[in-house]
Amino acid sequence: MTQGSVLTRKLVRELWATKGQALAIAAVVAAGVAVFVMSTSILQFLRDTRDTYYDRYRFAHVFAQLRRAPRTLEPQIAAIDGVTMVDTRVVADVTIDVPGLEEPAAARLISIPSGRPPRLNAYHLRRGRQPDPAHGDEVLVSEAFYEANRLQLGDSIAAIINGRYQRLRIVGVALSPEYVFQIRPGALLPDDRRFGVMWMPRQHLEAAFNMEGAFNDVALRLQPGSNYEEVLDRLDLLLKRYGCTGAYGREDQISASFLDDEIQQLRGMAIIAPMIFLGVAAFLLNVILSRRVQTQREIIAALKAFGFGNSTIAMHYLATAVWITAVGAVVGTLAGSRLAVGLAQLYSEFYRFPHFEFHPDLRSIAAASLVSLAAAVGGAGRAVWQAVRLMPAEAMRPPTPARYHRSVVEVLGLSWLFPLPLRMILRHLQRRPLNSLFSVLGIAAAVAVLLMGNFSPDAIHYLLNFQFEVAQRHDVQVVFEPLASHAAIHELKSLPGVQYVEGFRSVPVHIRRGHRKHRTAIMGLGRERRLYRLLNAHERPIRLPPEGLVLSDALAKRLRVSAGERVEVEILDGRPGTYILPVVGVAQEYAGMNAYADIDALHRLLQEDAALTGAWLQVDSLANRQLYQHLKHTPRVGSVAIKKATMEQFKATIAENVLTMQAFNVLFAAIIAIGVIYNTARISLDERARELMTLRVIGFSRWETSAMLLGELAVLTCIAIPVGWAVGYSFCYAMVQGFASEQFRIPLVIHPDSYLQSAAVAATAAIVSGWIVHRRLEQIDLVEVLKIRE
Amino acid sequence: MGEVAVHALRGIDLEVRHGEFLVLLGPSGSGKSTLLNIIGGLDRPTTGQVFFKQLDLAAASDRQLTLYRRRSVGFVFQFYNLIPSLTALENVALVTEVVDDPMRPEEALEMVGLLDRKDHFPAQLSGGQQQRVAIARAIAKRPEVLLCDEPTGALDAATGVTVLQTIDRINRQLGTTTMIITHNAAIGAMADRILHMRDGQIAALENNASRKPPEEIQW
Repeated sequence: MTQGSVLTRKLVRELWATKGQALAIAAVVAAGVAVFVMSTSILQFLRDTRDTYYDRYRFAHVFAQLRRAPRTLEPQIAAIDGVTMVDTRVVADVTIDVPGLEEPAAARLISIPSGRPPRLNAYHLRRGRQPDPAHGDEVLVSEAFYEANRLQLGDSIAAIINGRYQRLRIVGVALSPEYVFQIRPGALLPDDRRFGVMWMPRQHLEAAFNMEGAFNDVALRLQPGSNYEEVLDRLDLLLKRYGCTGAYGREDQISASFLDDEIQQLRGMAIIAPMIFLGVAAFLLNVILSRRVQTQREIIAALKAFGFGNSTIAMHYLATAVWITAVGAVVGTLAGSRLAVGLAQLYSEFYRFPHFEFHPDLRSIAAASLVSLAAAVGGAGRAVWQAVRLMPAEAMRPPTPARYHRSVVEVLGLSWLFPLPLRMILRHLQRRPLNSLFSVLGIAAAVAVLLMGNFSPDAIHYLLNFQFEVAQRHDVQVVFEPLASHAAIHELKSLPGVQYVEGFRSVPVHIRRGHRKHRTAIMGLGRERRLYRLLNAHERPIRLPPEGLVLSDALAKRLRVSAGERVEVEILDGRPGTYILPVVGVAQEYAGMNAYADIDALHRLLQEDAALTGAWLQVDSLANRQLYQHLKHTPRVGSVAIKKATMEQFKATIAENVLTMQAFNVLFAAIIAIGVIYNTARISLDERARELMTLRVIGFSRWETSAMLLGELAVLTCIAIPVGWAVGYSFCYAMVQGFASEQFRIPLVIHPDSYLQSAAVAATAAIVSGWIVHRRLEQIDLVEVLKIRE
Repeated sequence: MGEVAVHALRGIDLEVRHGEFLVLLGPSGSGKSTLLNIIGGLDRPTTGQVFFKQLDLAAASDRQLTLYRRRSVGFVFQFYNLIPSLTALENVALVTEVVDDPMRPEEALEMVGLLDRKDHFPAQLSGGQQQRVAIARAIAKRPEVLLCDEPTGALDAATGVTVLQTIDRINRQLGTTTMIITHNAAIGAMADRILHMRDGQIAALENNASRKPPEEIQW
């Protein structure tokens, strides 16, 4: 028999004898590798699929909306340096009446060339056929809207087009890279039931809106590497006198920026979580291997005396770590790849990608294997070094007895607070401060993982409540088309169920300070402001003075401006010149980036009589049905948004995802917590078996003895929980800082229940591990242990 | 391979008197440790009866045995088995905290002559000192029975004598019934009776006319 085969047998038998611990560590590795393989594969999948989708359907790079410009302008736009393709369109938002939907909905009508998809922002025909230009009522509808409302090909939808009631017939269903996220203009949440995109032949849309030979929307594709800013400025300059509301790039396109935000969030998960898991695994390998080398000093010495080389012995102990890690990595890779396929399918359905093509990302699997191998070697390193350094003669002598010292609290003169068993626990923990520290950090990691998992739903809940309940208290928002006078307010007040109405004026602007510029809208608000309130971070209303602007905090931050300073405002309705306005306040907002002004001041600035963009309504819900019927048939109402319905739909979508995510988080946290606590307890049991048995012999009961051991776990867990809270909170803070999009900022809000839940999971893991170790303690033979010399 | 019944002890019939000093002698595997374990309530015989006063140790529950060990028995082991994370005084106090009417821990350390080392941890004490702390721990509860398994087995001769002196003094001063297991035939001289064991049976029971003081024992 060769040296190797004997050591291999020893290795296999030892792995088998400590299978519980080995499995616990392999599970931690598996969880880390699974998360890593899953999230990097999904990340790659989303990026590839997005890019292919954008490319194949020629998603534009630059967008602009304007009032009306002649199509003869097209060559001039195409002549801008870097532009490779220009597509002009007629786009209009209208109120529609969907069969089976009580509330009025909104649709965005987009013109298409006769009988074929447009050159830019092409759609993918999912079913049905292209609209026949010979029939003015044929449309394609977006799939999300079609499915959410359970429509059929051939169904008709009533629409108010430029004041006229008209029926549109669905002949096909389409997908577009421009509306991966389908969000109605001005809204912050998607609502597929109440907002849809429709495509219809250009000539009919032109006729309906008196836009013959003209356009009000333009999209450009650029050469790779062209100067974005330059193109935007040139386009702005060209279109300014046609009422352009400011050109913008893909990163500001609503759907594209939502998708990018999602991908951004996944990236964090792909890095942070696996690092935590593999770090914990490395620590656990370090602990059990160090212990093994310690107890096998005599064996190592004997092997060396027999002539086994250092490298053979080093490989022997390293192999233990590598085997455990390899098992975890293989299981993790399989599980991660499987999860990734399922998740890719889910994402594909959620985003409605026209093509599904998923390949496991071999690079991420290779990376996961390498990183976990590094964790194994890193974890085993110290123990292997101890084994190598051991001189044969030295190893034959018994190790120096365990040295203990008074614990810190006792040195501080607080010993009277601690009964003997607790003093034993503290001294034991203090004897190996690094191990204790890592155990605490390991358990804390589990707590932090849970807290971070709960943070997103907590924050979203707070955000929705702050933004859509506390600040914006209306039930229905109506936008007039075209602008209305104050008489419209009185008309709305007379509708059934309407209790209170507040009008508003909104105008698109560029706000500049120094070289920083942002495209947004100034909202003119009335004195009363019962339905749309400006608040500070403590949810208290703030003042809106008769002159000057109040900015949302995110906008103020983006422009680096604070109250008392001035900004330059350019009004994007075709008029020349700019205005210098003082910033008089900053309002807390978690969604959107608006500026606010007193409505009368805004009227004066715009040199207009009291024109209104829209109104907010407070409504008696008992009269909803009649009100909605009226609104569906009121020609001047351009669009209607029912806040509550949208909110409920959104909350339901989130709630579904949250449950799945939480199940995963609890599973992962439990794996870490049990891995750490169980291993800590097993090592402690190993080291202290003699001591604990002595206690049994001199008359302590099973439970009293167990308590000495399990008390150690309790102390570690109790210290780890607040540490975990702090770590989790810091990670959440980092996430909040890293994630701030134009649409949303995440408030740093963690519900007390989330703290409790994370503590409860850690405590449960401690109790389960404690129970397993307690059972093991009962099986140890009292008499045998005392015979063995330490 | 089937289980083979091994009889560690056979046909033992022994009565130990209150306050008696008994030494058990015999080679390895002669059953002396098994006998001590049964008397100490660590093990139960498969058949037969063992009475401590009115309590049948052979029929007692785990709970009863735990209470018996806690209240009535003091153990001294070959390898001392002190709790390494507790000081000498605390090792003694650990026991006195859970029994009725114990000595003060300082008093027990005083009896073994180690009061000046009360704040030392086991790792800071010599082998003999550790064994004397173990004796202090065993006697601090004022046990009725003191059981010592090879108390000098890990010590050199001079230190062993000090430990034996301590045990002898406890037996005389407190009247604690004392049993010592040893390989060392010379130690038999300090006992009231010597029990010779072989193959799980009592080979001979020897009465000493007088007990020799430990310092006169040579080995």
